[in-house]
Amino acid sequence: MSKVLEGLYYSESHEYVRIDGQYGYVGITDYAQNALGNVVYVDMPDVDDDVEAGAEFGAVESVKAASDLNSPVSGTVVEVNEALADQPELLNADAYANWIIKVEMSNPDELNDLMDAAAYEAFCANH
Amino acid sequence: MNNKLYGKLIIELSHPGRKGYSLPHSEYEGYTPADLPANLLRGKAPELPECDEPTVVRHYTNHSANNFGVNNGFYPLGSCTMKYNPVINEEVAAMQQFAGLHPLQPAETCQGALRIYHELQSMLAAITGLSQFTLNPCAGAHGELTGLMVIRAYHQSRGDDRRTKVLIPDSAHGTNPASAAVCGLEVVEVKSQADGTVDVDDLKSKLDEGVACMMMTNPNTLGLFEHNIPEIQTLVHQCGGLMYYDGANLNPMLGVCRPGDMGFDVMHINLHKTFSTPHGGGGPGSGPVGVRAGLEPFLPTPRVVKDADGTFSVKTGRYEQSLGSIGQFFGNYAVVLRAYAYILTMGRENLGLVGPLATLNANYIKEQLRDDYLLPIDSPCMHEFVFDGLRDKSQGVTTMDVAKRLLDYGYHAPTIYFPLLFHESLMIEPTENESKETIDGFIEVMHSIAREAQTNPDEVKGAPHSTPIGRVDDVLAAKNPVLTWKHTQA
Repeated sequence: MSKVLEGLYYSESHEYVRIDGQYGYVGITDYAQNALGNVVYVDMPDVDDDVEAGAEFGAVESVKAASDLNSPVSGTVVEVNEALADQPELLNADAYANWIIKVEMSNPDELNDLMDAAAYEAFCANH
Repeated sequence: MNNKLYGKLIIELSHPGRKGYSLPHSEYEGYTPADLPANLLRGKAPELPECDEPTVVRHYTNHSANNFGVNNGFYPLGSCTMKYNPVINEEVAAMQQFAGLHPLQPAETCQGALRIYHELQSMLAAITGLSQFTLNPCAGAHGELTGLMVIRAYHQSRGDDRRTKVLIPDSAHGTNPASAAVCGLEVVEVKSQADGTVDVDDLKSKLDEGVACMMMTNPNTLGLFEHNIPEIQTLVHQCGGLMYYDGANLNPMLGVCRPGDMGFDVMHINLHKTFSTPHGGGGPGSGPVGVRAGLEPFLPTPRVVKDADGTFSVKTGRYEQSLGSIGQFFGNYAVVLRAYAYILTMGRENLGLVGPLATLNANYIKEQLRDDYLLPIDSPCMHEFVFDGLRDKSQGVTTMDVAKRLLDYGYHAPTIYFPLLFHESLMIEPTENESKETIDGFIEVMHSIAREAQTNPDEVKGAPHSTPIGRVDDVLAAKNPVLTWKHTQA
């Protein structure tokens, strides 16, 4: 079974955001890394790039497929997880410990459009 | 199988000074490097392999024995239409009268070749219900790009520069969005509904005056017939967009229905798939593009035209509203020849059986295997269909394992992990050529593998066991590919 953590916000395209003040740490869920299989490349934006809720900000490539990454929240990228450039497999090891981008959120109200842990677990069970 | 020489490159078998051949006297004998311009001389001799003839022959013969093609066995690679390639196609393409032609020789000296080119254009127009074809694009995706350039040129010719959006279903081949992006257009994804076909309501929400066209594959990549085509084409045309038909899955339509009659304006055909020429491994392919009446002026050049006196001539350059050249000369002419030979040897009557037989074969396999493999969408399929892995996944045997295990039984693997709509996609396309015995043999093996997945899962997870190379490390190959050979000796 895929892991779902309490306290995070989840999107239907299987990204999560962990909130820390005005910042959000965005990554892919355990369900997503499991479905993707071995991740071999993570295409990340640059610091200072703007991201928009629901819009693509990068991609993950696995041995099976390349999938777009959609940001669950809008804002500006303040940090990217450089470790993933050399070790994309960290996403398979622990998807929640290895966030992909840190976003300074411009509209925290968007969090209301995302799922909580219980809702996301139910969502995964049906997909 | 002798694999002693496998795994080595020919250059690794090289010994300095060893020769397999004595060159005859050269007409350039007596010339020295000093007779050539200094800027054309290389600094040092090229590092070419030096081998005796038996080593060369054994090396390549052993390599070829490690290959698997449609001439070796059943090749149910979904979405690729790996049909048998009749030998007569090869004989025609190899004829010196064609192979010896030069693309720049005067038209009056190659009237036969031009006539074949012109006749194939007409045959494809008749088969698809469109008005005019160009055979110049060198492969399917090249055809897509050319078709989109035609559509863009059409909108621009009307002074309508706002149409920059291309609607593409989420089940489409990856080449569709890639072609749109290369053409400088914006990709807008249209969702599928639960039955696997295009969601018309989602399409409606994305239609506006910015739509250049909608690209559709029919049957789609799930092997399902897009039954809402009449409504979809009406909606797209009403908002001023055109309909593009991706001909990747034309095979089941042959002799049954025509994209032109369904309301498509522009399409490409993969000659190498539907019209039976060897492909896989990168080519050569051929992606002719057809257009409905009214769009002919935008097609690329050079064009082969039939003049009033019945002779054929070549029109080149960028004239009228044409896109101009999209590649070198006339595309892959040898593939054109093979497709022409295929159509003539099949004839009108037999060509009409291709679609129905391909569809029958696919449905037969699907129904025979659905007790062991998960069928995510339960409806009659066309020429191919998709399973979502094994029905019983309790032993952790994946689609990848099933595909690898098939190699041990002497079958090519189906397409796996595409389309992306399911996690464990396993996509099977048998084509029309296979006998019932061949297909029953495949079904039996697929059942065996499903049983092994329960009784001996490690055997399946460790497959293949009988191939020259076992399970390939996909992660290492993706992350650290070694693509060049480096001379290690001093």
